[in-house]
Amino acid sequence: MNNKKWLILAWATSFCLILPALFLLAQSFAPDTELFDHLWETVLPDYIVNTLQLVSLVLIFSALFAIPVAWLVAMCDFPGKRYFQWLLMLPLAMPAYVVAYVYTDLFDFAGPIQRVLRALFQWDVAIGQHWFFEIRNVPGAAVMLALVLYPYLYLIARTAFLEQGAHLLQVSRSLGQSPWQSFKRVAVPLCRPAIVVGLVFIGAEALGDFATVHYFAVNTLTTAVYDSWLGHGSLSAAAKISILMLIGVMAILAVERWQRGRQRYYHKYTGQTALFHLSGWQAKGASAYCALLVFAGFILPALILLSYTLKSMSFNTDSQLGVVLLQTAWLAILAAVITTALAIIFSFTNRISRHASAALPSKLSSMSYMMPSTVLAIAVLIPMTLFEITLNDLWVWLGFDAPGLFLSGTVFALVFAFVVRFQAVANGTIESSFLAVSPSLDMAAKSMGKSNQQLLFSIHIPLIRKSISTAVLLVFIECMKELPAALLLRPFNFDTLATYVYQYVSDEQLEQAAFAAILIVLAGLYPVIRLTQTGERTT
Amino acid sequence: MKKSGLTAVVLSILVSPVYAADKEVNIYSYRQPFLIEPITEEFTKETGIKVNILYSKKGIAEKLSREGKYSPADVVLTSDFNRLLEITKKGLTQANQDVVLTETIPTQYRDDNRHWFALTTRARAMYVSRDRVSDQQSLTYEQLGSPDFKGRVCIRSGKHPYNISLIASMVAHHGEAETKAWLTKLKGNLARKPQGNDRGQVKAIQEGVCDISLGNSYYFGKMLNNEEQKPWAAAVNLVFPNQIDRGTHVNISGMAMAMHAPNRAEAEQLMAYLSSDKAQVLYAQMNMEYPVNPAVEPSEMVKSWGEFEADALPLTETAKHRQTAYRLLDEVKFDL
Repeated sequence: MNNKKWLILAWATSFCLILPALFLLAQSFAPDTELFDHLWETVLPDYIVNTLQLVSLVLIFSALFAIPVAWLVAMCDFPGKRYFQWLLMLPLAMPAYVVAYVYTDLFDFAGPIQRVLRALFQWDVAIGQHWFFEIRNVPGAAVMLALVLYPYLYLIARTAFLEQGAHLLQVSRSLGQSPWQSFKRVAVPLCRPAIVVGLVFIGAEALGDFATVHYFAVNTLTTAVYDSWLGHGSLSAAAKISILMLIGVMAILAVERWQRGRQRYYHKYTGQTALFHLSGWQAKGASAYCALLVFAGFILPALILLSYTLKSMSFNTDSQLGVVLLQTAWLAILAAVITTALAIIFSFTNRISRHASAALPSKLSSMSYMMPSTVLAIAVLIPMTLFEITLNDLWVWLGFDAPGLFLSGTVFALVFAFVVRFQAVANGTIESSFLAVSPSLDMAAKSMGKSNQQLLFSIHIPLIRKSISTAVLLVFIECMKELPAALLLRPFNFDTLATYVYQYVSDEQLEQAAFAAILIVLAGLYPVIRLTQTGERTT
Repeated sequence: MKKSGLTAVVLSILVSPVYAADKEVNIYSYRQPFLIEPITEEFTKETGIKVNILYSKKGIAEKLSREGKYSPADVVLTSDFNRLLEITKKGLTQANQDVVLTETIPTQYRDDNRHWFALTTRARAMYVSRDRVSDQQSLTYEQLGSPDFKGRVCIRSGKHPYNISLIASMVAHHGEAETKAWLTKLKGNLARKPQGNDRGQVKAIQEGVCDISLGNSYYFGKMLNNEEQKPWAAAVNLVFPNQIDRGTHVNISGMAMAMHAPNRAEAEQLMAYLSSDKAQVLYAQMNMEYPVNPAVEPSEMVKSWGEFEADALPLTETAKHRQTAYRLLDEVKFDL
């Protein structure tokens, strides 16, 4: 295929992926000023403030969690480092709504922690007489989200620190900077682009989250989206708010790009990592901080899930669960492979094509990541059902039996929605790895008369294979956890692990589905551990 | 890689056919499947008709309307009246003229045009601390706004359908301005910001966070049947409010036949079954709701909670004020 054909392929596929967003955009132009004014005069300003607070707190907490441990694991030597490298990734396998559930159970006024405190200090339980902390608020929700989202940033930042190599730090040290100053003034600024990519992922997840904030009784813009759609019955107002959220995110990204300016950092990895050997209280502190994160983000929630399971063993003999596990994993793999393949097409096209529009397919297809998931599900249904109804009508007109809803009534809808939603994750991973492949290789291949396909399959793909598996694994984990779209788009009698767990969570009876929740975590564990290993081999 | 992915998608479509050859009926349900599956399993046993269920708490009406005339849905089940009326109003339902339904379901619990039918009723009751509240039998919804209850009330999100329905009934009885004033006072009386579910409020009463809360009646039975939650229920009395005047607000769970139901005959059979003595007994026993079928009595436990007067205002009247209720909640920033 020549460059033009690649460009057409990239544009055509990305067009399919942005169709839902386009239909939603069209929907948002429908008039409903009255409702919008009402929201603006009443709750919308509070929702916006809550959203800004939540997203900034999630970003701050994630940065505080991820960057220090990424630096420690990449650059320092301390007890347990070998294990922490991958242990720190484990919280990624935990769905945020499950973590939220177990922590509220634990820290609620009626939970064991506060109960013990009250008993210990003989606090008076009479209203207003005692001190008790409230976990269901913005900071509480932010900590929950950060606990399960920080691994994104950790993964990216650790790789960036590793790739930075040691020589720059050696220079910095030889110029009299302390390890801390080297970290602050050299390592972090150099990794800024990578850190921003990680934070954007985390911010988008926090912005689109509904299950966790709802559980924490925190009203954000996603609340406004659902309220206007389900409460006030206006999909167009909901679409409008979603689009405004999208514009807000893009504005922030634009500011960051502009502020970063034209700085580019090129570094050649030397393959030698000079470690800071920590000892004494520094080493203990490093181990303790890593251990605390792993404990809070993974071990504690996992133990609580386990205790739920043991407590209600009788409910978990559901033979369906094996089937549910298999079909969820199967769908997730499918979606992961498709998104990654598409991401390769987008990035490769952008690389070989000189056309100015070649960068757009990747950017456009990443947009849907910011959309609240239930809204995305409806957005997927709009063009899909239109297409099906037209085709059915045509079929009937031609004298055949109507084939029915062969897309939206089958797992196709589910896979498509997963691909639309998580394309951004694959794009982000693949794009950055393509950038690291030297353009001189392309020129050499071309000068030897190799075709585009040969260039892609025998040069690029072997070089970026680690990123390919990273992308597949990340999307796989996301799909295993994805809930709202799965809920609405699955066919009859079809459950994913997440929807199975959710029917109990929504009734505040996670105890009865704790085993299924553990399966989600277990299914995510292997890919998560693989993720750290794929990062490993680059060192 | 892409090719194999596409092949897999195509294969998956081939192996999961939309329509099977045997008799079946398709349900879109707002209610959790574990509540209705025991009943539909009985139905399958008796009739040989396979029941397929799609459960979602959100977006079913939208999905139904997007699917249009090729929608596979035959019957829609909802857990409150407003959603039932919503799909009816949007033209997503059709009349079910089966005379059986007029025998099993009293007039006030079905649509004059036969589009929607109630299956069970549930009272929006109060859960009241056994020791810390006096004059429990004369409690009213209005009193939740009185200064006596300052810092003593717990409630789930005002925007939950169960609360929306109650607030809409307040608008119907007292008008908009008075309801807004009541909501403002109620918000001022809350011990904590609205959160959790109906049972969570009872747990909070047991722990001493608050003294009184709103909750659907059947949760009392569910808590009493659950080892862990038994102590919560033991700390409260279930009180039917407004017995001294108009009666307690009652909501329904219900069903409707989808406009383009491909399996009409099976849908009729299922709907008749759900309102029959047999299924209604299951509803009453398992979910502790009040069966609409007058031939079926509530469960022994439910009966032990005593009889009560229900608010006589028709649900269709209440439903007219749903949007207003929503707007008022925004205006007083109830959930914030």
